[in-house]
Amino acid sequence: MRRTLKPFTNPYLAGTILGIVLFLAFALTHSGLGASGAIGRIQVSMTKVVSQNHVDKVGTFAAIGAGDRNPLDHASVLLLLGTFVGGMISAWYNGRMKLEIFKGPKISNPQRLIFALIGGIIMGYGARFARGCTSGQALTGGAVLSFGSWVFMFCVFGGGYAMAYFVRRLWTN
Amino acid sequence: MLPIDVLADLGKPLGYLVFFLIGAGFGFALEIAGFGDSRRLAAQFYLKDMTVLKTMFTGILVACLLIFLSSSIGVLDFSQLVVNETYLWPGIIGGLIMGVGFVIGGYCPGTSLVSAASLKIDGFVFLSGTVIGAGVFGETIKYFEDLWYSSYKGRYLVSDSLDWSIGATVLGVTILALVFFYAAEKTEEFFRKKETGEPWSWKITKRSYIFSAIVLVLTAIVILVIGQPDPIRKWKMMESKYSEQLTSKAVFIHPLEYVKTNNDASIKLITLDLRTASEFDAFHIFGAVNLKLDNLLDPKFVSQYAQLPTNGVVILIADKDEVSVKAWEYLKVQGVVNVYILENGLQNWTKLFGNLKVHGKPINLSSPPSDILELFPKNTYTPKIKVSCKKHGGGLCG
Repeated sequence: MRRTLKPFTNPYLAGTILGIVLFLAFALTHSGLGASGAIGRIQVSMTKVVSQNHVDKVGTFAAIGAGDRNPLDHASVLLLLGTFVGGMISAWYNGRMKLEIFKGPKISNPQRLIFALIGGIIMGYGARFARGCTSGQALTGGAVLSFGSWVFMFCVFGGGYAMAYFVRRLWTN
Repeated sequence: MLPIDVLADLGKPLGYLVFFLIGAGFGFALEIAGFGDSRRLAAQFYLKDMTVLKTMFTGILVACLLIFLSSSIGVLDFSQLVVNETYLWPGIIGGLIMGVGFVIGGYCPGTSLVSAASLKIDGFVFLSGTVIGAGVFGETIKYFEDLWYSSYKGRYLVSDSLDWSIGATVLGVTILALVFFYAAEKTEEFFRKKETGEPWSWKITKRSYIFSAIVLVLTAIVILVIGQPDPIRKWKMMESKYSEQLTSKAVFIHPLEYVKTNNDASIKLITLDLRTASEFDAFHIFGAVNLKLDNLLDPKFVSQYAQLPTNGVVILIADKDEVSVKAWEYLKVQGVVNVYILENGLQNWTKLFGNLKVHGKPINLSSPPSDILELFPKNTYTPKIKVSCKKHGGGLCG
């Protein structure tokens, strides 16, 4: 099963493919791509298992999972599943399917995982706050020239560059 | 004409399959770009590897050009596409928070998914973090709800804020992206030279880069020259889709239905009166807006009606039904969802309602109460108004 490792595709070619997929998403479904909406749905479905009562009480949770409403019965969840499977097939085909941890050279594995978790929590929070993530807000809204999406996109880069210096130990020599 | 609605046209299982396949294409594109690797993503913020910027802007640019090119040649109806609504401050704050999360965690939600799919443990942990973060947001939103709903601008495009045409904005975005690409290549070249002394591949493939850049700029110029269709041209392209609603009279309503709708608190009714100003001054329905047919050719003016809440209904009144029909066409092609025509305008209004009395008193003709509905036999009119939410899907991310 082990396949030889292939190099990454030229970023402009990968971007062109990404753009065509995004266009097809608009042409076939009226809306673009996204990930964080479905992540919110997964979160509500997990909360439902613990406490349906709580889901009914919190406004943003109730909107997608109140009563016997199934939060996972939504197109965005299928899109998310597809993204996972598409990534998996490509990783396998290109020989990148390998259990490992990516990290900067100066930190240990447990440190990396702690920061990945912290970053993920911050990102999950920010994505809900901004009503979309890098895919659903920046990429999708950017292509249809949404003003808010363009402002958002520059803020993501701005936030990243502003923070980069302080966490440089995580990634650089 | 695009877009089609796979969920409505194919039903759930097949429609969901299409979403799954689009997702697969998305995951594939992210993976081949190397977005499953946090080191590569984080390197963007240390200027060593500009893949994120290059891939993302190429994706945006290619999709943008395809969307507005197909819109200008009449293949796709842009007004039907979901455009992320602008909430300015939540977007700014959320964006800054996400930038911080990005450089700490090394992924964004979509890329962590691809990373987890290729068995990267840090990607999986990050993805779990995003689920927790979404939960924390839901629990805490009540403390700053006002902020979260503030600075709402609705469907607000970059072209609106610049007061440029769509075509000029698309050309501007194209040039901006090309400038970014050039800067990205130069930055990478700088670090590459400093660290290894090797020249960057830009030197080798310069010709294909320049060729691609020319193709992109030419496409943008074509979009600019053709222009986005105005409502008159758009109607010609979309006539077959909507004309049946006019010929079957499905959108012509009886004055009694108007009265009923006007008294229905669950409906947000907008009445547009297309008669002359002097006729309007002589008599009009309470709350009606007087305007000229030409006003409805102005997309900026019409956008307020295209953005009505889902219970919004627009009813047109004119002297002649030909005028209301024109207005109906203009509104329909600009994405106004629930539009109806008061049949024969106000010609029968006084005849129908003039002599009516409720509780012994004559009624206010400019705002007839719902009580008068009981004075007419039940089958006087056929109800036509259906409040339909035609705003599609949306909220994939929201």
